[in-house]
Amino acid sequence: MTFWVSQSLNSLALGGLLFMLASGFSLIFGLMRVANLAHGALFMLGAYLGLAAVKAGLGFWAAALTSALLVGLLGGVMERTLLRRLAGRTLPQVLLTLGIAFIIADACLMLWGGDPMRLPAPPELSGAVRIGDAVFPRYRVFVIVASAAIALALWLLMERTRAGAMIRAAVDDVGMAQAIGISSSTLFTAVFCLGTALAGLGGVIGGPILSVYPSLDQDMLPLALLVVILGGAGSLAGAFVGAYAIGFIYTFGQVLVPDLAYVILFLPMVAVLSVAPQGLFGRRLG
Amino acid sequence: MPRSTPLGRSVRAGICAAALLSLSVPAAFAQQVPIKLGFMTVRSGALAAGGKQMEEGMDYCLAERGGKLGGRPVELITVDTAGQPATTKTRAQELVERAKVDVIIGPLAAFEALAIDDYIRQVGVPTISPSAAAEDLTQRKQNPWFIRAVGTSAQANHALGEYAAKDMKLKRVATIGDDFAFGHETTGGFQRAFEENGGKVVQKLWPPLNVADYGSYISQLRTDVDAIYASFAGGNGLRFLQQYSEYGAPVKVIAQMTTVDEGILKSMGKEAVGVISSGFYTATQDAPGNKEFAAGIRAKFGYDPGYYTAGAYVACAFLDEAVKAVNGKVEDKQALMKALRAVKLDRGPYGEVTLDEYGNPVLAVTIRKVEQKDGRLQNVVLKTYPKVSQFWVYDPKAFLANPVYSRDFPASKNIGN
Repeated sequence: MTFWVSQSLNSLALGGLLFMLASGFSLIFGLMRVANLAHGALFMLGAYLGLAAVKAGLGFWAAALTSALLVGLLGGVMERTLLRRLAGRTLPQVLLTLGIAFIIADACLMLWGGDPMRLPAPPELSGAVRIGDAVFPRYRVFVIVASAAIALALWLLMERTRAGAMIRAAVDDVGMAQAIGISSSTLFTAVFCLGTALAGLGGVIGGPILSVYPSLDQDMLPLALLVVILGGAGSLAGAFVGAYAIGFIYTFGQVLVPDLAYVILFLPMVAVLSVAPQGLFGRRLG
Repeated sequence: MPRSTPLGRSVRAGICAAALLSLSVPAAFAQQVPIKLGFMTVRSGALAAGGKQMEEGMDYCLAERGGKLGGRPVELITVDTAGQPATTKTRAQELVERAKVDVIIGPLAAFEALAIDDYIRQVGVPTISPSAAAEDLTQRKQNPWFIRAVGTSAQANHALGEYAAKDMKLKRVATIGDDFAFGHETTGGFQRAFEENGGKVVQKLWPPLNVADYGSYISQLRTDVDAIYASFAGGNGLRFLQQYSEYGAPVKVIAQMTTVDEGILKSMGKEAVGVISSGFYTATQDAPGNKEFAAGIRAKFGYDPGYYTAGAYVACAFLDEAVKAVNGKVEDKQALMKALRAVKLDRGPYGEVTLDEYGNPVLAVTIRKVEQKDGRLQNVVLKTYPKVSQFWVYDPKAFLANPVYSRDFPASKNIGN
């Protein structure tokens, strides 16, 4: 019993972390059809900025907010000055974001050096709680709750607000959305800011678990892609289900069949893609 | 077919001129021609932190010797391998074929050393490894042109295995380590010595090298054991110890050297305090010459030296001794290699150190414990095992007749007990 409880909690925490990582990526891809390969780098930049803010004397929460804002701002600048010039040209966009990822990774190495660093959890969330016989870190409980809260907030934004309606309209048909007076230019920038800010926030929240180190971006990007491919590109529900599905499959898979630890992440993806090439919740994108 | 281009002609003329010139150079001048030392480090990617420490160790060694090794000035040609084996191969070729180096110090990682192993044999350039620990480089697949300035993966872990069983009186241990050769070899060495001294390894976990989260592994670690043996490299030790403490750290941790190496210890917090590990170098060890070395590194770079800093420094000190032994004539590669294999240092980070006939250091191994001291975390020495070789107490022939340490060797007979 303890086994199932503690590993389920581990799965939920990992799933929550993956959702924070992948939701921004999915949001951007859904609206703009841009596979932002700089997403992992922005996640890492978020973690480093959060750490720098904590070291500068800010509290953990203020650091998370600052970092999300700064990374979001950078995302906005990226979209306005660079990606916009390549609108509609998929391959150049992908290459551009990959280039940006390299630049960010090298800049982080220059600024903060190569030493791995720990981003301490806020003191009120350190230590562990007992759930039955299972011992579980308090901070991970917070990650589970926070990712659920972010998912809920994003869902409300998309389904219950005017901005969300505009985004959904533009996802369905940009031309038609423009024709009825939606400014796709503003919308694109706003969504790119939001998506990258989520990456930055995810970096800070993930920091106390993952620590902050130079190849964090390369470790994270494939996970984001995996979630999005499994769940279906551009779908918030897909990112949500995909993230938690991978959290569970990975955790239980490597515990129950440790020899498959390396492929366990990719097996569900292969299985899903062979039956539903758009992913679980994806739609055929025009 | 063009028979001779103007460029070709001028190059040939240049070579003739150079040959004439060199004939007229007096012999004494040869001493002032710099030794070309190729140095392979890592400046980008995941291994950059270790690369930086290596460069600082090298820099310190050369500065201490006034930029000369064995009386000859040194031209240091540093290349960045990015920690990628393919790049390492290219950089090695550049060093040998374009820069015409006399000797190579590097590369950083074992898989990089393996990538250039054949090439080094072909071209016959003396190579000193400042950090690659893969057992077979100086065991079953030893290379006549290769010596090592660090211990093998298992070298210090044999000692920890004995210490855990005899001095700490641990009976049952669970192990967790990076799932790659270094993790397997370190854990294998520990397991062999621990079980031969009466201990039992009852669980072995191998998380993938770049696993994002150790949570599910930590939940699996048994709590009915006397200790957890942790073998992690790079930043993984930091992550594991931090996450283990978040889960309440129910069992004490003993560790392999790089898990709590000085190079990463400076980034750790209180979760590292109390971890007992073994190493062939410890910044605080009382070896002749180490006090000056550790204080000097700390004064110059602001941190305690660890694995990479000491490894690169000793590689450079080995070369210094060997160049002295051949009176500066590094161009005779056979003679230089012979001198390198016979090298012996009385002082330095390791104190007294010699090489065995396979080109691997025989040195003191320390058991140490992480403590908060002088406002920072330090490894404090508990016990010293003098003159430890890569073969521990075993006969080299019998040792080499076994397969190299792996996930399956030594056999785990006590799993699940």
